[in-house]
Amino acid sequence: MSPVAAPPSLPPAFQAWFAARGWNVRPHQMAMVEAAARGEDALLIAPTGGGKTLGGFLPSLIELAALSETTPKQRPHRLHTLYISPLKALSVDVARNLTTPVSEMGLDLRIETRTGDTSPSKRQRQRASPPDILLTTPEQLALFCASPNISTFFADLRHIVIDEIHALAPQKRGDLLSLALSAISRWAPSARRVGLSATIRDEAELARWLAPQSPGGPERQAAIIRSAPGARPQVEILDPAERIPWAGHSARHAMGDVYQRIKAARLALVFVNTRSQAEFTFQELWRLNEDKLAIALHHGSLAPEQRRKVEAAMAAGKLDAVVCTSTLDLGIDWGDVDLVIQMGAPKGSSRLIQRLGRSNHQLDTPSRALLAPSNRFEHLECEAAREAVAANALDGEPLHAGALDVLAQHIMGRACGEPFMADALHDEIRTATPYAGLDRDTFDRVLDFAATGGYALNSYERFRRMVKSRDGLWSARTPQIAQRHRLNVGTIVEAPMLEVVVSSRGRGGQRLGQVEEYFIEQLAPGDTFLFAGQVLRFEAIEEMTARVTRSQDTTPKIPSYNGGKFPLSTYLAARVREIVQDASLWESLPGQVRDWLDIQRLRSALPRADGLLVETFPRAAHFYLVCYPFEGRLAHQTLGMLLTRRLERLRMRPMGFVANEYALAVWGLRDMSRLDLDALFAQDMLGDDLDSWLAESDLMKRTFRNCAIIAGLIERRFPGQEKSGRQITFSTDLIYNVLREHEPDHILLRAAWTDAGTGLLDIHRLGQALTRIQGHITHQALSRISPLAVPVMLEIGRESVRGEGQESILVDAADELIAEATRLD
Amino acid sequence: MTDPVRPQAHAFRLNGVEALADAGGVLVLPGVSTLIVSDLHFEKGSAYAARGQLIPPYDTRSTLRRLAERIAHHRPQRVVALGDSFHDLGADGRMDAEDVAALQALVGSIADWVWIEGNHDPAPPPRFGGTILHELSIDALTLRHLPAEGAAPGEIAGHLHPCARVRGKGRSVRARCFATNGARLVMPAFGAFTGGLNVCDAAYDRCFGATPDALIMGTETVYPVAAAKLIPDRAQSRPKINAAR
Repeated sequence: MSPVAAPPSLPPAFQAWFAARGWNVRPHQMAMVEAAARGEDALLIAPTGGGKTLGGFLPSLIELAALSETTPKQRPHRLHTLYISPLKALSVDVARNLTTPVSEMGLDLRIETRTGDTSPSKRQRQRASPPDILLTTPEQLALFCASPNISTFFADLRHIVIDEIHALAPQKRGDLLSLALSAISRWAPSARRVGLSATIRDEAELARWLAPQSPGGPERQAAIIRSAPGARPQVEILDPAERIPWAGHSARHAMGDVYQRIKAARLALVFVNTRSQAEFTFQELWRLNEDKLAIALHHGSLAPEQRRKVEAAMAAGKLDAVVCTSTLDLGIDWGDVDLVIQMGAPKGSSRLIQRLGRSNHQLDTPSRALLAPSNRFEHLECEAAREAVAANALDGEPLHAGALDVLAQHIMGRACGEPFMADALHDEIRTATPYAGLDRDTFDRVLDFAATGGYALNSYERFRRMVKSRDGLWSARTPQIAQRHRLNVGTIVEAPMLEVVVSSRGRGGQRLGQVEEYFIEQLAPGDTFLFAGQVLRFEAIEEMTARVTRSQDTTPKIPSYNGGKFPLSTYLAARVREIVQDASLWESLPGQVRDWLDIQRLRSALPRADGLLVETFPRAAHFYLVCYPFEGRLAHQTLGMLLTRRLERLRMRPMGFVANEYALAVWGLRDMSRLDLDALFAQDMLGDDLDSWLAESDLMKRTFRNCAIIAGLIERRFPGQEKSGRQITFSTDLIYNVLREHEPDHILLRAAWTDAGTGLLDIHRLGQALTRIQGHITHQALSRISPLAVPVMLEIGRESVRGEGQESILVDAADELIAEATRLD
Repeated sequence: MTDPVRPQAHAFRLNGVEALADAGGVLVLPGVSTLIVSDLHFEKGSAYAARGQLIPPYDTRSTLRRLAERIAHHRPQRVVALGDSFHDLGADGRMDAEDVAALQALVGSIADWVWIEGNHDPAPPPRFGGTILHELSIDALTLRHLPAEGAAPGEIAGHLHPCARVRGKGRSVRARCFATNGARLVMPAFGAFTGGLNVCDAAYDRCFGATPDALIMGTETVYPVAAAKLIPDRAQSRPKINAAR
């Protein structure tokens, strides 16, 4: 570390600037300046509106101000500070915010952004003549690492600022970023790291994540700097005049109340959890909009130009409300929001607190939020979330060990940049906290995977992508291989998307946004659906676009598509279980919800927080088993798959199952009330049953596909040729089958298996739940359905029944064929 | 673990000849003790590796194992590999020694093994044994790789890699299939890494005059599904199998 002269207080120019604005420098901002003077890594935790961004940049601005005073006017600019955020838009926003102090203090600084949208010529210019402050994304850093002769570019780097660090760190993007930082720290040994966040579940964990580790040495962590807490938010749960539905996520019953609140507010943000909810809420609010309020729609599938328009209108104060998804979660301040409305349950307390931060950017006045649960269970969940906010209890994913597919990408990337020695790279990688425990054997296997595919059948020697020189330096075999790698950098694997284009009489067209290919594939021409606030009629698919026309219908035929469902957080789930079991906690619930729970207590039993309630009952021609683990839809789906396999073996002839966030219902042709439930729910289902199911699971294949793309086994695209998503899905399924058959312990299967534990299958959480309930199963053999079972039973038919029994579709089609007595039979 | 899969076959008449479409992807003519398999595409994995995508090298092994199982099950006197058995002319040279031995043993175990020439393998390598033919006539049937355009009653061909998609409630399922109108048939591709071309594609119209019916391969049985029930994939330009020619 080369210590910078520690400023005991702000330089005069800065003091004057704060004074001119009528501000005092805040203690946490000063603490950041002092940490920088000591050369320490620092994690700053401050609520939105707490001057967090300025706190992160103040040390850089002070140093750069000093630099520009002591050097000639035409000083050569060198990269001094790197800023990384999860969103392109956030980089642009921060660049704009930084220009205010910089220009008002008359500092001679160059501040630039570099994202996926930056033109090749500007990128080249930035390489040759870097700005003082570069604002960019993790993917761009990975690209830097994969560029030749890059070390000098970073040589003078002093500060690395990572914004919204809590959002990046738990993801694969966080792994990618952490690895890129390990390389940059080698090239810029005196650069320190700064993390910024408003909502952190585990401060120490993130402080460790931020700091570079020293392999073999003691664990290191960044200094934690906290601002004074802001005023506690005021959270209200809507007690609607209308009847609260048993199931569903539309919150239609609450729209009238919500509309009145919007009318009373200056600018309301209406958060929803899925794009279909956004579309629905937007449509319903406009149906009620007698006052012609300016209500806009903002979600990730809309065309960028449409989103930009909404953002500009917000900033200009022209809107009364915006219905939005998580696209507006992170810290971009588009306007003077004074009310946040959450439609449906927030699913996690950290997400709710983050969303609350969108309103009222003054620290000392509380932000206001209204929660509008869409069904009875969500009332419980909202109650739990309100308590969590009051206690400032944050949840979130715990950090995990670094993913091996991301590691494979990084190793290949390093070979495309400056050649490396394997020993040195292993040491360098272990300075990245997620990979601090990476053993040499695993490292070597991943290196071999990147070089040759890493197969036991050692047949790809002559096709290797990386070669080792006589003096032990690894590099990409050809410049073409390196170029192809750069096109595939990143960890975000999007579902294949189609452009939605409206045309009249099949000609021309306006681009409305993108939808998942799988959704469109379910539509027949003529079907109507809701998108971009309009009812659209699906016409045809042409190449990569879905051609639609505007429909006169007011109710779309195909109600929704599931974009971006969040699972219920473990933390909130536990709180919901506690509320349900204890009637003394029901006071704040609406009467309707209390009555519902009361009847459940009389008719069956209340689920116990530390146990599992299982109900069995007959209904129509079928027998049902309903259980209430409260572990989120993904874990319940996995449980449903495994239970139906077991029930099949027990000759219960299960027909299907449906899961929601709280419960799972299985039905079949035999009475399941006399089964040994302890045996049925025994943990060993995570052994052989899981194994044989995974052999053919769609979700596992999707997980594998993502790993295969990230690891570089298959490419997203070739130069000049976009590979359609369909082809990738298809071929990775075949690759998965063959690899599983011949080399089940291949490193990529290991990576996919690890992902399955937390991702789409949530096996890890299911495993914890099965442990929790062991010996604590309460069985209620009922003569008819219980009140608590109604919501999940209502999902039957509404949700497509998830099962791997895809062939039932073929059986049906073949049966119909026989009925029609066609020429084949 | 689940029971080992025992594929069942669908019996029908093809241009008047008794035939069995096996759920494992082979066609059996019981009257003449002949098993037909198409588009094995040996060494497709290594062909991709040579172009920089290091996908697993086990496709030949996997394909061979499944083929050996089907042969052991049906015990035919004659096996006809209906073209594109080898992914390219270099496939022979890239094949692992163990796979070479397995293939030689398999061919050697059959009284009459016929390699039909395909567009990927206009000259199948001779070292594995068997007879190399351009096409073969058996009773009222003609076996060739490329399906003829226009009416060709009695033709059994490969090349197109037929797949069918059926829509169910809220989702659809896509699987390999035999494409037929009762008079002629296009075989599913058997190779482990072979993709598929939906039978609703215009390429099938040129052979069948309309979308053919599909005998869809399930895990344990074959599902006959009428053309009217089949839906196209989303529109896309001609798939890789033709581009790779």
